[in-house]
Amino acid sequence: MFKKLAIGAAFAMAFTPAASFAAGAYDTHIEDFDFSFEGPFGTWDQNQLQRGLQVYTEVCAACHGLRYVPLRDLEALGYSEEEVIAYSADNFEVFDPELDDFRPAIPTDHFPANDSLGAPDLSLMAKARAGFHGPYGLGINQLLKGMGGPEYIASLLDGYTGEEKEEAGTILYENKAFPGGWISMAPPLAEDQVEFADGHPATVEAMSEDIAAFLMWTAEPKMMERKYSGFVGVIFLSVLSVLLYLVNKRLWAPHKGKKIS
Amino acid sequence: MSGIPHDHYEPKTNGEKWLHSRLPIVGLLYDTLMIPTPKNLNWMWIWGIVLTFCLALQIITGIVLVMHYTPHVDLAFASVEHIMRNVNGGYMIRYLHQNGASLFFVAVYIHIFRGLFYGSYKAPREVTWIIGMLIYLMMMGTAFMGYVLPWGQMSFWGATVITGLFGAIPFVGEAIQTWLLGGPAVDNATLNRFFSLHYLLPFIIAGLVIVHIWAFHTTGNNNPTGVEVRRTSKAEAEKDTLPFWPYFVIKDLFALAVILVVFWAIVGFMPNYLGHPDNYIEANPLVTPAHIVPEWYFLPFYAILRAFTSEVWVVQFASFITGGIIDAKFFGVLAMFGAILAMALAPWLDTSTVRSGKYRPMFKWWFYLLVIDFFALMWLGAMPAEEPYATFSLIASAYWFAYFLVILPILGVIEKPLPQPETIEEDFNAHYGKADADATPAAAPAE
Repeated sequence: MFKKLAIGAAFAMAFTPAASFAAGAYDTHIEDFDFSFEGPFGTWDQNQLQRGLQVYTEVCAACHGLRYVPLRDLEALGYSEEEVIAYSADNFEVFDPELDDFRPAIPTDHFPANDSLGAPDLSLMAKARAGFHGPYGLGINQLLKGMGGPEYIASLLDGYTGEEKEEAGTILYENKAFPGGWISMAPPLAEDQVEFADGHPATVEAMSEDIAAFLMWTAEPKMMERKYSGFVGVIFLSVLSVLLYLVNKRLWAPHKGKKIS
Repeated sequence: MSGIPHDHYEPKTNGEKWLHSRLPIVGLLYDTLMIPTPKNLNWMWIWGIVLTFCLALQIITGIVLVMHYTPHVDLAFASVEHIMRNVNGGYMIRYLHQNGASLFFVAVYIHIFRGLFYGSYKAPREVTWIIGMLIYLMMMGTAFMGYVLPWGQMSFWGATVITGLFGAIPFVGEAIQTWLLGGPAVDNATLNRFFSLHYLLPFIIAGLVIVHIWAFHTTGNNNPTGVEVRRTSKAEAEKDTLPFWPYFVIKDLFALAVILVVFWAIVGFMPNYLGHPDNYIEANPLVTPAHIVPEWYFLPFYAILRAFTSEVWVVQFASFITGGIIDAKFFGVLAMFGAILAMALAPWLDTSTVRSGKYRPMFKWWFYLLVIDFFALMWLGAMPAEEPYATFSLIASAYWFAYFLVILPILGVIEKPLPQPETIEEDFNAHYGKADADATPAAAPAE
């Protein structure tokens, strides 16, 4: 009885997250999007990441930075070295202390930080937000659906109701995903705002998903390598467990008779 | 060493004799590894190895992380991102270290509750228990300071809240808090000293672990029956025991491998599940997170800390008789440390002469309730400080104290224990039958 309880306890403890709760009485809704990178077997959809980068570059970058992400990492999105050099130079200028002036960005630079309008940096946004909580602070939804960071981002971008209100001189926009229901960021996306090279439709929902996937990549660029290490470790340790089980059984056999009951 | 009679190391070659007469280190290792161990140990006795592994894992991954980490308020957060993005395998090392802390605490809690159920804390093992409690306290300090190092929002605000507890001490509190922080608020001085101590404490823990092992190697292991190994002669002792190597080493390694499968899956596939998203936002002294929640392993005691508000009559009474010196905040701090102190005093609070909970029909149920209480406190610690959670926290905290301070002393007097087996051998054979060959350790495959 104690053994069972304790094993149960071990698992329960292992799966009890530091739960947190959405603030305010506003009933927020986070859509459980089906991203390609979810689950142990999920992989990046490289076309989606490229579309997300395009949306970021043409829309989000106006206000938000990606200060922790080196531009050279974009090669992981399927771009060649030349393309990354061209992309960096065409889109961003960085301050160079040696020149004491701004110059076009090169791949060894990071995406520029951008806090001119007080907008938060997006490098880690997909890990800094949790879309799913509960029930009752037990963390079961996060276990089943994931933490929900990208889902939160996509739901937020697609969650504007069109209502506005002015509060203390600031215009707030009603948003179904934002805690409290009112956000100071104006709806950033509009239908067909960008034109995708692959002809993918540029609806607000599709762009929201693309940017969420891209931001998951900026937050966790090594996710695929991590899952690979996960599989290697799990398989290795499983085989080791079986071998140790057999060694243990054989080792103890002379000291144990037939198991009673 | 008194303890269970067994064969000791005898140097055979001239080289061994030469070393042995100068430094008997091989003998020490041999006797440690070959210690006679009760052969009826069940699967609850594997957590010591898991804990030793955790300590090694945390020290090794930690030393590598330090090679790339920068302890400065302006650079710490970025240096962790550098580890995650640019350092070869850095994302695995960091996630192993981060989740390793959780595995460490899962193991230590089960290890502690195993001791509580089987009466491992009772004479003559009180010193082992006390050392264990010291290790547990140091683990909490180490984990807390380690959580501050990435310098995220929860790092900063967790440090602010927890060091604020010391400020609750009457008269000298504020001075102590300032001294601990190295300034009026959590800042670079705090980060640097936490970094220094986070590196130091694991080595002190390692030293205490050696003393912990020394202590129970002196008394011998407890076992599921709580019946002592017969030790009048070596032949008799061998009927109750098997040497630690290879029997328990292999058994424990098997258990460790199974546990690591689960651990590795969490690290590989859901490494942020046990963390808090707010810690991926760089620390900002001007923005307070909506909910400051400690890591899961602190939640039970955090719940006890918060349970004693100024509306509770015990707190009002304490405040009244001390002329207001003990206010609600200080009472909460005393309760939190008191909860661990009460547990540490279990050897002297438990009046029953029967060790194992298996033979204590009433104790069993109170113990299971304590386990449930522990989970309830863990859950309540994560809940907002409002009704109905406040009342639940108070009830759950009260039970924690009642278990150690009231129930354990009384049970020993009123409970009628069940008959215990005469010997460990009898218990073992009752489970597994008598071995055909009636093998003795001498006939077993040697290393």
